[in-house]
Amino acid sequence: MIIETLLSTTRDIMPIAAIIFSFQFLVLRKPLARPVPMITGFVMVWIGLSLFLVGLEVALFPIGTLMAEQLLSVDVLPLADDHLQRHWSDYYWVYLFAFSIGAAATIAEPALIAVSLKAGEVSSGAINPLLLRIAVATGMAFGITLGTWRIVTGLPLYGFIIAAYLVVIIQTLRAPKNIIPLAYDSGGVTTSTITVPIIAALGIGLANVIPGRDPLVDGFGMIALACLFPIITVMGYAQLAAWYAHRIEARVSEPSDHKD
Amino acid sequence: MVRGLRVLLSDLRDSLRDLLPVVLVVAFFQFVVVRQPLPDTLPATDLLTGLLLVILGLTLFIRGLKTGLFPLGETLAHAFVRHKSAPVLLIFGFALGFGSTFAEPALLAISTKAAITLSQAGLIESSEGAISQFQLTLRSIVAVAVGFAVVLGVIRILTGWPLHILIIGLYALALLLATQAPVELVGIAFDSGGVTTSTITVPLLAALGVGLASTLHGRNPLLDGFGLIAFASVMPIIFVLSYALLAFQGTPS
Repeated sequence: MIIETLLSTTRDIMPIAAIIFSFQFLVLRKPLARPVPMITGFVMVWIGLSLFLVGLEVALFPIGTLMAEQLLSVDVLPLADDHLQRHWSDYYWVYLFAFSIGAAATIAEPALIAVSLKAGEVSSGAINPLLLRIAVATGMAFGITLGTWRIVTGLPLYGFIIAAYLVVIIQTLRAPKNIIPLAYDSGGVTTSTITVPIIAALGIGLANVIPGRDPLVDGFGMIALACLFPIITVMGYAQLAAWYAHRIEARVSEPSDHKD
Repeated sequence: MVRGLRVLLSDLRDSLRDLLPVVLVVAFFQFVVVRQPLPDTLPATDLLTGLLLVILGLTLFIRGLKTGLFPLGETLAHAFVRHKSAPVLLIFGFALGFGSTFAEPALLAISTKAAITLSQAGLIESSEGAISQFQLTLRSIVAVAVGFAVVLGVIRILTGWPLHILIIGLYALALLLATQAPVELVGIAFDSGGVTTSTITVPLLAALGVGLASTLHGRNPLLDGFGLIAFASVMPIIFVLSYALLAFQGTPS
């Protein structure tokens, strides 16, 4: 299994390495500045990603799928009374699971760690990498929970997407300018290695259990919502931070006025 | 040597912290809500080995990013700026986007699944040739879309065009196309937008964008350096939906 995964990540990395090194030597015609640490780093990324994927395959995905199944089984759900159809609120454990696993998995997402490290470095500390990741994880959690609720109730996806999209537009006009590119990027970053398989397991499990749902049509809605909500929460985080800084500034400047 | 060891230990501690929420969530639901023993197919030793591999892998990956991928992306960006040839930079951007996406295992998986589903829905023939033909077409379209997205993103960094107008416009276009295309393909289109930005492409694009924006005169790395990933997420949706409209027009859905 490790060898299989190593081969598949090799397929992922080889074209990138080939493009970079051929441009480096053929077009730019420059030797690498510090070849040893860079190549060691490349190898570490390759082996690290492979081990990470094998670990997910062995532990996290099976237990995630198993739990989604168990939470949807009759033992955990409240008994359907004389209506036969369960009310949407009967699935409270499923919503809680969707929310907490969505947030927890996003915190461990390697691509998000990479982008937040870069953001912290570029903003010279103004953006806290861990807070940024928590903001993205919160958005992800809301997106997945709402996606779950939508599958249960069968409400149309378009309404949700257009509403979320309008919120994004309004926030874009009001949020601090320097967070906007980062917020947009965080939408794409979240749906990577860890989160997509777990969302898929949850969506397909739900679509199978609830009558009248199609796994193909209803499964994808979760990914679309999971991409939009982090944009909203990251801009919200920046708006909150700006508001808080403003308030402290106002409080600090007040007593100094009295002194003068 | 001692310093290296200390760095590795602190990285390991960070990875433990990053994985802790997942462990807590799983443990809570297992012991408090589900309260059922693990099935034989999933022994506890497997869970522990898997968790150890995930922590070790994440640690190595992050260390490799810091020593390898990030500096590499930035040196490349500096070298391209010094080379002073926009076409060469754009060709590189296209090649990087196309190359990293076409080989992406997640895209291969999703396009195979899509081809099989479409043949079951009767939108394409169910012969093996037609299925692999469609799978290859879909992969190529998505890879071209990502290559094109990186080109557009780099042009934006060079010119300083406002990102939010471009992205909001592109998403509006995607939503508009989604209302017109066959339902079966809308799901596939949105999924392909999600899978393109892989764990290796993301850090490289971030380092390249930030490197370009910090080397170019008059560009702010925070304002102009990010955004490449956003383009790479929305462009495949537009390309796949446009293809769906052109290729399956008039097909009942």
